[in-house]
Amino acid sequence: MTKISGIAASAGIAVARAFILEHPDYTIKKTAVTDVEAEVAKLDKALEISRSELQQIKERTLAELGEKKAEIFESHLLILDDPELISPVKDKIREESVNADYALNEVAAQFIAMFENMKSAYLQERAADMRDVTKRVMNHLLGIHYVSPAEISEEVIVIAEDLTPSDTAQLNRQYVKGFTTNIGGRTSHSAIMARSLEIPAVVGTKNVLSQVKSGDLIIVDGLSGDVLINPSDAEVAEYSAKQEAYALQIAEWKKLRDEPTVSADGKQVELAANIGTPNDVTGVIENGGEAVGLYRTEFLYMGRDKLPSEEIQYNAYRTVLENMNGKPVVVRTLDIGGDKELPYLDLPKEMNPFLGFRAVRLCLERQDIFRTQLRALLRASVHGNLRIMFPMIATLTEFRAARDLLLEEKAKLQAEGQEVSDSIQLGIMVEIPSTAVLADQFAKEVDFFSIGTNDLIQYTMAADRMNERVSYLYQPYNPAILRLIKNVIDAAHAQGKWTGMCGEMAGDATAIPLLLGLGLDEFSMSATSILPARSQISKLSVDEMKVLAAKALDLGTAEEVVALVRGIGN
Amino acid sequence: MQKTFRIIDEDGIHARPATALVNTATKFKGTEAFAEAKGKKVTLKSILGVLSLGLEAGDSLTLITEGSEETEALSALQEVMIKEGLGELND
Repeated sequence: MTKISGIAASAGIAVARAFILEHPDYTIKKTAVTDVEAEVAKLDKALEISRSELQQIKERTLAELGEKKAEIFESHLLILDDPELISPVKDKIREESVNADYALNEVAAQFIAMFENMKSAYLQERAADMRDVTKRVMNHLLGIHYVSPAEISEEVIVIAEDLTPSDTAQLNRQYVKGFTTNIGGRTSHSAIMARSLEIPAVVGTKNVLSQVKSGDLIIVDGLSGDVLINPSDAEVAEYSAKQEAYALQIAEWKKLRDEPTVSADGKQVELAANIGTPNDVTGVIENGGEAVGLYRTEFLYMGRDKLPSEEIQYNAYRTVLENMNGKPVVVRTLDIGGDKELPYLDLPKEMNPFLGFRAVRLCLERQDIFRTQLRALLRASVHGNLRIMFPMIATLTEFRAARDLLLEEKAKLQAEGQEVSDSIQLGIMVEIPSTAVLADQFAKEVDFFSIGTNDLIQYTMAADRMNERVSYLYQPYNPAILRLIKNVIDAAHAQGKWTGMCGEMAGDATAIPLLLGLGLDEFSMSATSILPARSQISKLSVDEMKVLAAKALDLGTAEEVVALVRGIGN
Repeated sequence: MQKTFRIIDEDGIHARPATALVNTATKFKGTEAFAEAKGKKVTLKSILGVLSLGLEAGDSLTLITEGSEETEALSALQEVMIKEGLGELND
């Protein structure tokens, strides 16, 4: 048995024989042709076959995956018929008396280069579509017999360098039990398709293709990211059991999708999701999120060459609010600086960016940027249940200054006759120790707290998150951190306010019992962690967790806390 | 005939709406249709042409139709622009 590791891209476990999917060699040579019209006819024929193939793939995708996923092939069909592509290819064949594959390759390369040089990341990715379409026509021009994934008719694990959009769309769920590739990451096209098809997948293994022969027995573990080549009978049995347990668990989680989050002793908390773009809302709903606990607005500002207009922001906020259909949406105002830079702001380099000019510090100075965002938020507020929070608040003076700007913009909008919601809750991120310590004073003026554990831990432990040599100090379970969290939650409750948490810690299975015991009201995590967390909480008693948390607060080290939590239920 | 729009879709003009525009323009066989933006004019019957404009939110885009059905073509294209949430008419 050989075991290799990659990136777990789509959950689940699959055991089957390997099917090697290799893309043919497209080395193209320029040759002189005498009968140019025959060459043009050859191109037309190849286009014709490609068209009918794409039509079939489109229909199949439509039936199996729905309209949205099929749209890509509608665009591919249009590219095949595009006069801007086909005419220059035919002209080239006729004028230069060259072979069709050479002419096509030359013209397609220009379009690929054009897309790759575009400013928008979205349009850059269209180069992949152009390549995909070109390859399809090339197969027919070069007479390459390429066994497409659509022709697979027995249970297999597909092994490939990478999978193109049309490869993944052709995967028949009935036969393709899983796949693994050399390249790719969690957000690459193949990974996204695998998750929507619910096929276990491991991507980015670097060398699976060279390690596996066609017909080898393969286990793909999309939970851990492991790929086992020719496992023993015992290993097959072990993984089959794991697969069964996983299927049972998924079924149990799915039942909880539309249920509230209630502990074993009947206490209710809220499970929310962290999102970066309006598109992420789909995942929140699918995973039973009760709210958006953190909408990171900086993605609106990244990947472009100028600040996003009020209108662009308004549309994004409105979309999220409307799609959440009245459920709370906590929007964090711009948190830029630190490890997140915006080239077009041209900010000076800093010695300690994490301790420097970032987030609300920047917003209070660059009020033009901040006011635009606040106006967009206020205008969007009538479309749902909006909550606003300011990041990186270190002093009450900062909070008051930011709040006053918000109130000023609200008054201006109302004077302009714009409608603004009167029930927007206003809160702060608690990620700086000074704020956590002084939470009782803040609690008198804010509507809620959201604890940002990633930064709170790095600032409390004085350990740079990006520095691997001090990564051992990143200790969410350190009693010092737990005491700060307790201080914040207690301060909020004393004023009748609520406390949420939007760092990694909120979705962490070891932290959840402690946070429940400390009285946390809202847990905001990545959408896929919600159902497992809901299931876990339903089995925990808040009263018992209070006892557990009290014990943890009285321990000396993070290791002791972990041992205490792992001991429950034993 | 022509009409000018301001792109409001935050993603600019991407493949799906571009596909809808091209499919609509192609329906009107006897009518030429063009898109003009940033000093570049392309045929609306080419998805690669439309995408090559690299349109982003806030950009202005002029749709031009010439031929026997220019009125019908332009109003059909306008409907796509509005229905797809791509842009709004620039008055």
